[in-house]
Amino acid sequence: MLTAAVLVPALAAVALVLGRTWSEAVTRVVAVVASAVPLVLLVGTWIRFDTGGSQPFQLVEETDWIPTLGVGWRLGVDGISLALALLSALIFVVAVAYPVDLRGRHRQYRAWFLFLEAVSLGVFLSIDLLLFYVFFDLSLVGMYFLIGRWGHGEARAAALKFFLYTLAGSLVMLLGFLALYLQTDPLTFDMRVLIAEQPLAGRGATAGLALLAILVGLAVKTPLVPVHTWLPPAHVNAPGPASALLAGVLLKMGTFGMIRIPLSMMRDTFETYAPVLVGFALLSIIYGALVALGQTDLKRRIAYSSVNHMGYAVLGIAVAGSLGSGEEAGRRLALTGATVEMVAHGLITGALFLVAGSFWTRTQDYDMDHYGGLAGTAPRLTGAATLAAFASLGLPGLAGFVAELQIFVGTFSVYPWVAAAALVGVLITAALFLQMVQKLFFGDLPTRLRDFADLGHREALALVPLLVLVVVIGVWPTWLLDLLTPTSEAIVSAFGVR
Amino acid sequence: MDVGHLAPEIALVLGAVAVVLVASFTRRERQWITTPLAAVAVVASGGISIGLARGADQQLSFDRAWALDGATQGAELIIAGATLVCLLLSAEWFRTDPRRGEYPAVLLFSAAGAMVLAGAADTMEVVVGMLLVSVTGYTLAAYHRASPAAVEAGMRYFLIGALTNAVLLVGVVILYGSTGTTNLDDTASALAAGADPVAIVAVVVCLVVGLGFEIGAVPSHVWVPDVAQAAPAPSAAFLTVVPKVGALVALARVLQVLPEDAVAWRPIIALLAAVTMTVGNLLALWQDDLRRMLGWSSVSQAGYALMAVVVIDRADMALPSLIVFLAAYAAATTAAFAVVTELRGRTALADYRGLGATHPWLAVALVVSLLSLVGIPPLGGFVGKLTLFTATIDGGYGWLAALAVANTVASLFYYLRVVAPMAFDTSPRPAAVLGRWAGGAVAFAAFATVLLGLLAGPLLTALDSAVLLP
Repeated sequence: MLTAAVLVPALAAVALVLGRTWSEAVTRVVAVVASAVPLVLLVGTWIRFDTGGSQPFQLVEETDWIPTLGVGWRLGVDGISLALALLSALIFVVAVAYPVDLRGRHRQYRAWFLFLEAVSLGVFLSIDLLLFYVFFDLSLVGMYFLIGRWGHGEARAAALKFFLYTLAGSLVMLLGFLALYLQTDPLTFDMRVLIAEQPLAGRGATAGLALLAILVGLAVKTPLVPVHTWLPPAHVNAPGPASALLAGVLLKMGTFGMIRIPLSMMRDTFETYAPVLVGFALLSIIYGALVALGQTDLKRRIAYSSVNHMGYAVLGIAVAGSLGSGEEAGRRLALTGATVEMVAHGLITGALFLVAGSFWTRTQDYDMDHYGGLAGTAPRLTGAATLAAFASLGLPGLAGFVAELQIFVGTFSVYPWVAAAALVGVLITAALFLQMVQKLFFGDLPTRLRDFADLGHREALALVPLLVLVVVIGVWPTWLLDLLTPTSEAIVSAFGVR
Repeated sequence: MDVGHLAPEIALVLGAVAVVLVASFTRRERQWITTPLAAVAVVASGGISIGLARGADQQLSFDRAWALDGATQGAELIIAGATLVCLLLSAEWFRTDPRRGEYPAVLLFSAAGAMVLAGAADTMEVVVGMLLVSVTGYTLAAYHRASPAAVEAGMRYFLIGALTNAVLLVGVVILYGSTGTTNLDDTASALAAGADPVAIVAVVVCLVVGLGFEIGAVPSHVWVPDVAQAAPAPSAAFLTVVPKVGALVALARVLQVLPEDAVAWRPIIALLAAVTMTVGNLLALWQDDLRRMLGWSSVSQAGYALMAVVVIDRADMALPSLIVFLAAYAAATTAAFAVVTELRGRTALADYRGLGATHPWLAVALVVSLLSLVGIPPLGGFVGKLTLFTATIDGGYGWLAALAVANTVASLFYYLRVVAPMAFDTSPRPAAVLGRWAGGAVAFAAFATVLLGLLAGPLLTALDSAVLLP
């Protein structure tokens, strides 16, 4: 079932490339249906998933790929990866369905989306380190072509920068993977073995270097300050749905990787360097928020707010790996919070970028100073954007709050001063989102925006599931926490075992 | 002694002789026949090589002058495959050339020379192989006598080749002088009994300069971009790939018999690899000519391949990684040159604008080949680099792997300089293409690039028992 979730969109992408005679309407239907198949399959997986199960990875599917190297096609899920895979599948359906200017190349555009869906799910579902890397790298290729071909402004430069930065990161990460892998006996990339064996435990400088290499790669993807500079141009110049994918799915690969690889496979070493990571997370939180506040460009502002939000997630992960076996409850809370933050950020920022895309299709302008008073002419757009903005600033009752509360409570139990400092970031994000809503929707309506169209049916239909989930997670998070908590509990409690 | 052990090479030589005879006695309009004739010989050579199945009994043959091992066999198959692509490319490229009939013969002789290099377990045989592949190479590079650029490239290739071949011979003579034998197996035991470090250093330097010529490694690499740019496109594809394969295996084979306690040849080769990959990459960055860029890229790829030589006999993956990397490199590079050939040799980067819209499949093939050279999974180049990095780290050269990573990132920049205008721009008019044979070569090489990645499992399993004799 997991294999099918990866292969169906991949095959559909091939079909779209080959289907020369298909009209725009046909490709749209094919793409939406194909992108929805993994969602259905993953919901099925969710139903079969046993949250109380003793095995860390469930529903494993495996065959050999390169047996001499210990590489296999190994897919499986734990609570965290299942949640992220479900989130990704949902965002993909929405992004594929979202209307955008395709510049006459509808088949290729949708084929790249489906390709990206296949590899993104591959990243979250693979439990083979090399397979993880393969999918991780392939996501760069897909995004490169999407930004470069269908982006606007400095699209090509942004795509190049994106590819260069993240490839550099992922290659450095590969060296770290190899260092980890070469310590296994017999040689294997099987994540289950790597987690059980902790191959680099007690290897001092080598382990430190490997951790550094892996974290650099993941930090670029996350993105963590100071290796975040590829993100704003990529976001600003990408088409709206691609930005939504970038923020909603691709950034999660970084933090997900941090949980899956350094936190789980290198406990000792991670614990040693966790305070450093906490420092970088704090930097991302404050710096991301401040720079976001300084932007007048709608998309840049949302992009920098992602730096801030992913900083929360990294903070939670770093806290979870601190202090060895002490403060276990707090660290577990921080990790659960980090995973909820990943889901929440995916939904919220995905929605925000789709809204930004709608602005672009109408006016080709992202400058917030050129807008105002749209609440009257576009009430549905206003409602959607405001809800997403409030969720993003962490209003209680919405998804962002659930995540941030847990991260802060968890952090407080381990590093009280860090929690206090990070709260400054929350204040700044509140200011910047309120200002954004105000600039866009209130005040005087400029005359040239008189006939600004409200959300169309397809746009609204795509946004609704994201926003509904934001509210549902906010008021009734138990269903999500039930899925996530056992896994984070297992990861955190493993620290005590030596 | 069994003549059958040399059957892959003999098939090529017989094929070449047949081509020369047929070309001499047929009228010009019938001379196309030599290409399929040569193709039969190449396919036969590859088929025999597979049939010899050397996994079980890898041995030295012909009075221990010829290594029948996994390394030889791997090189033979890569050489046969690449030569086949170049033959397909030459079919239409030389259609109007009055000397088209002889071209396949030169190609076959050169391929045979590369195979001899790969299988040589005797230093004199290394020299013979080197001379055969070089002398025929000069002809291939300058085959268009009327083109001043091609003649100049051939001239440069010849001058550097003459010098470096002489240096190689000096190295071989010193080695003979200090051991009293040209046989590598005996050399190893003679050197183990005691060796003069100064002499061995001289040998290493001479080998690196001499074999480095066909590898395209610094400092004897300067011909590569010229030949890549100005030689006939099928020759450029051949010369940047086939001699490299043979010479790298030969270098690994000779170096491994040298005692490490007498001279630290591993760090020397590591330094050479580092310089070669970096120089190749930096000079590729700003080329506005695709073929010249491919030439520099092939220099940098030679640097990566040398990483396997650095750790040969020290890391388990060293030999498999060398073979897999060379196979992937050969497939990707011939694919790129095949696209150039199919587009009638157009080579300015600007001419590739909008190719994605006008010739989507050619564009896809070129993108696949360039991404494979970068090492994007799951293409062949990825498996090549993955195994190379693994072997290099395993062999204790982590810094070299890190440098290779930095180089790979830099290389992405110039490979994308080709991809971006091709995929994102629109073209004013569709380009003319050469024909079906060249198109078939594009498809064959691009497919091989993809398959080498996807089928890496069986390939590496087959290489698991491969050894590098003696």
